[in-house]
Order: sequence, then C-alpha cells, then structure tokens
Amino acid sequence: MEFQLTEDQRALQQAARKYAREVVRPKAAHYDETATFPRDLLQTAFELGLLNMAIPAEYGGVGLSHLDQTIVAEELSWGCAGVATSIIANDLANLPIILHGTEEQKQRLLGHFAERLKFASFCLTEPEAGSDVAGMQTTARREGDEYVINGAKCFITNGGHAEQYTVFATVDKAKKHKGITCFVVEGRPKGLTVSKHENKMGQRASDTVSLTFEDVRVPVKNRIGEEGQGFAVAMATLDNSRPLTAMFSVGIARAALEHSMEYSSQRKTFGKPIIEHQAIQFMIADMAMNTHAARMLTYESAWLLDQGQRNTLQSSYAKCFAADMAMKVATDAVQVYGGYGYIKEYPVEKLMRDAKLIQVYEGTSQVQRLVIARELFK
Amino acid sequence: MKILVTAKRVEDPESKIKVKPDGTGIVQEGLKYKINPFDEIGVEEGLRLVAKHQGEVVVVSIGGKEVQEQLRHALAMGAHRAVWVNHTGPLDQLAIAGLLQKVTEKEKPDLVILGKQSIDDDQNQVGQYLAEFLGWGQATFASKVESLESEQEKNKVPAVTLTADGKAVRVVREVDNGLATLECQLPAVVTTDLRLNQPRYASLPGIMKAKSKPIEELTPAKLGVDVTPAIQVLKLSSPPARKAGIKVPDVAALVDKLHNEAKVV
Repeated sequence: MEFQLTEDQRALQQAARKYAREVVRPKAAHYDETATFPRDLLQTAFELGLLNMAIPAEYGGVGLSHLDQTIVAEELSWGCAGVATSIIANDLANLPIILHGTEEQKQRLLGHFAERLKFASFCLTEPEAGSDVAGMQTTARREGDEYVINGAKCFITNGGHAEQYTVFATVDKAKKHKGITCFVVEGRPKGLTVSKHENKMGQRASDTVSLTFEDVRVPVKNRIGEEGQGFAVAMATLDNSRPLTAMFSVGIARAALEHSMEYSSQRKTFGKPIIEHQAIQFMIADMAMNTHAARMLTYESAWLLDQGQRNTLQSSYAKCFAADMAMKVATDAVQVYGGYGYIKEYPVEKLMRDAKLIQVYEGTSQVQRLVIARELFK
Repeated sequence: MKILVTAKRVEDPESKIKVKPDGTGIVQEGLKYKINPFDEIGVEEGLRLVAKHQGEVVVVSIGGKEVQEQLRHALAMGAHRAVWVNHTGPLDQLAIAGLLQKVTEKEKPDLVILGKQSIDDDQNQVGQYLAEFLGWGQATFASKVESLESEQEKNKVPAVTLTADGKAVRVVREVDNGLATLECQLPAVVTTDLRLNQPRYASLPGIMKAKSKPIEELTPAKLGVDVTPAIQVLKLSSPPARKAGIKVPDVAALVDKLHNEAKVV
C-alpha cells in the first residue's frame, strides 16, 4: 500500500492546479453569473491536454490512468465545478467508445478530438428515464445499413456545443434493458434538434440542453457493441466516471474548507477571530476530515479500475459519500461566513449551489445507496 | 542553437516558511517546492529561441534526487534533455558557478540562461560568476520592451534576439533609470528578470512525454569541482513580528505622535 502521490502525479496535480488557479478561478464567478459557455477556458484546457484525458495516447489523447484522472479532477472542480463538468463531459461521452468500441471505431471516432477543441455529449437520461435506464423510450429501428433514432434526451451536458453524441436507444422496448443499444451520432444530422440551455441552480458554466431525435439516421458502423449491449456499456461507463464525479465533490469541499479557514481567521466576534471559538473549530475540523475521507474513498475506487477490478460498490461508496459530504461542507462554509456567506459577492454560496448537483447527476445519492445495498447482498 | 538553462529547486512561496528553533535552517516538513520562478522564465525564453532558430534546450539542476522533479517540470514545458548534478549538502554561490562552468564546458552551448537570482536566498551572484569563470560576455536582468499582455507575448516571441549574422544576442535589461539594450557576442550568459516573459504551462501530454526524456547524472567529483563551502551560514532567524498599529483620537494627536515620537514632521 502506498499513500503518497508519485512524482508524475504531483506534476499532473500541479499543472491542473495552476490552470484552475490562474485560468478558471478569475472567471468562475462571471460564468456562474451569466450562465454562458466558458469556451475560452475550455480552449486553454484543450491546449493543456486537460480535455480528453481518458482517450488513450494511441488515439491522440493523454491516456491518463483512472487514479491520475481523479487527481486532475479535484483541481478542476476546486477551480469551478461547472467548468470541470464541461471538461469531463467529453470523456464521459467517449468512454463507451474507449471501453467497447472496435479498433476502427476508436480510430475514427476518438482520433479527431486531438485536432482541435471539439465537444462530445453523453446522451442517456430521458424525461421519463434517469437512473431507471430500463424505462428508456428513445427507439432505434434498423433499416438496411442504418438505424433510425426517435425520441428525446434531457439534461445533456455540452449538448448545445457538441459535434458528436453518444446516444442510448432501445431496439425493442419489450426487452427492457436488454434492448438498449449504444450509438454514436456524428455532427448535427437532419432531425436532431437542440433546445436552449437550462437555467440551472448551480454549475451554471456547464451547458445543459434537451435533444430531440426525429428520424435521425446513424450508420450501423457507428453502433458501439452489439444490439442489446447498451445497458452494460452505460453501466461500465458510469463505473468509470463515478470516481471523477466523486472527486468533483472533493474539489468543491476543499475550496469551501480553504475559504472557511481564511475567513474564520480574519473575521472577529466577541473580540477575537471566530476560529478561536470552539463552535467554528469543530465545523472546520469536520469539513477537513470529511473532505479527506471522501478523497481516500475516491482514490480507492479509481485504483481498483486501474487494477482491472470491478469497482461498482466502491465507486458508489465514493460518489454517494463525497456528494453528500460536499453538500454539508459547502453549507457549513456558508454558515461560517454568516450573513456574508449568503451574498453572491462572497465565494461560498456558489459552492453550495454547485455541490447540490453532484447529489443529483450521474445517479442520485439515493440510487447510489440502492446500488450499494444491491452489491452488498449479491 | 544550443541553450543551457537552469532549474533550481526552491521553496514554494505559497508555503508557510518557518525557521527551525535552533536557527540552523528552515522546517522542511510539509513544505512544497517548485522551480525557481526566474529559472522558469529562463526555460521559457530558451524554448522560444529554439522554436525560432531550431536547436536544443538542455536543463541543469544541482541537488539531491528530489531536484529531478524540477528537471521534469522543465522537460514537461518542452526542454529536450536534462543534466542532474547529484549533490546533497550545502553549496555556496562559487561552488554552484564552478559546477555550472564544468557543465557548460561539457555541453558547449551557445547561450546559458539563468534566473537573475533564486527566490530562496536571493543572492544574485551565480550568473555573473559563471560568465567570469567562462570568460564569456554577460547580460543580466534581461527584460522586454512590450508588456506581458502584448501580442508578441501571446505569440511567444522571444525577447532575447539574435543579430542578423547569428553571432551575438541583443538583450534589453532593466537598470535603475530605465531600460538599456546590450549586444553580447556568443557564447554568452544571460540572466532573466521578472518581466522577460510569461512561462507556458506544462501540458498533460508534455508531462507524459517528459517521463521518457533523458536525465544525465553527474557529480561534483566527476566534474572535478571542489564544492567545500567558503561561506558558512551561522544562523537563520525570522524577521521580527510586526507590532499592531494604534488608533489616535484626532488629527492633533496624530501630528503630535508624528512630530514627537516618529520625528518625521
């Protein structure tokens, strides 16, 4: 067992931290306030190789290990969780191809992401099917060398800017999850409509839209895996991405902790800095302790993936614990700031809004507990 | 052209630096380290020059195994290979310049670029000593005419320029009353000031590539340099803590204090 980062991991951490501190932080409040797409920040992220971290080097990506990716993810989210979500959206969309694509598909559908800043979207959630994937309504009907996709997807990250969509649809609703199949839709084909982006509570820098598919034609060669394998592809993808989402929580919590430590050392009540009051000390101790615990759980869940082991249980531990933890830590940070914490000029209320989303997306905290219980009684 | 740049390992200025109670050094536990920012500017300038004129940037650092981290940082920025002079224990500026002289004589670069000083002990001596030992010209405190937000900076144009015949460098340097422009025959030693450039970020692919770039290991013995310090640090101490200010009730009291206590008016 080794409890320290390697020299390479420290270098990755420093590079990501520098980007988060010098590029993201100065503009985080602006993109939160205006809910506009942070294309300039993402352009820099692309140039630094922070986008497409999961794409293997032979297809033009950086090919970081899962553990390395979580180390970077903490820094990105410390900078701004919304920007981090937009950055990681490409990897989420490309994971099905990385995990289940053929060599030809990997060359063709991953390689071009190295050429210039391009976005991809992972399209699983539907108005009537979130974590309940088997209830999927979007259909894919085979016609010769093509599939014809019909249906609607919602809460699609970067969907308004994407040039490639990884879409899940069922070839036979009666088969429930055994009918689900994964496709890659390139560009903006006829019949694909993008709605305006949602006015979200937090993580407002990330673009979130609904998509409508009306007779969208996809060549058979863009089907990832076989018909009916889509559910397994989606679950494997989420096993891979859960450690990253968990680490977003850690980044938010660390930001909340640091702000709270700084503020509580300056702000005085009853003649002394509030950090000298035990009530504040205990809050800050809890913040630090829980942030670190979440980080360790997350490292473990990513490490398991790097060892080629199944991590469904541990990644649900990590994602659930970290998301709930970040919500509590960010809420406490607002408490430490008192009235100022509730005001947008101070940085902590954003953290509270950003944290909330992590309890919701990529499997709510409740669904994570379902998964945990299911795994325990297997 | 071939450029030798330095990468000293220094305490990260964002770390809290504490002097050991016995004054023999600083508390190293929990400290973070980074490349000396002036050296990082030197690495950047070297990379810009070879981007324009072709060639190679070789980065050198002196210290224990841990300085490989700073060498890797420079390699991740784009330097081609590294030289590590393995030595633990105190070194004074003469010894460092002596080691760099031998490395320079071995590598035979056209230009050596160093930070004007390192931010740990702020001596500002090594570049000057090195030029003297080598018998080369020197241009210290290299700066630039444009601002760090200029188009040229964004396009990563080098501020140190070669003359048309490629036999000399032109360097703008910061002096007390403005800027002076020097022309210096190659080979030469240049030391960098803060406003020379904005170093690029190390990219993730750069970091991954740096792993496979070679680091050559040398020692003072191999280089034939006696590094016995001529200077001994007797004691380090923290600057005295600042006393809290006071509030005065009115202007008259302020004037009184300025006149009778501070004796400035």
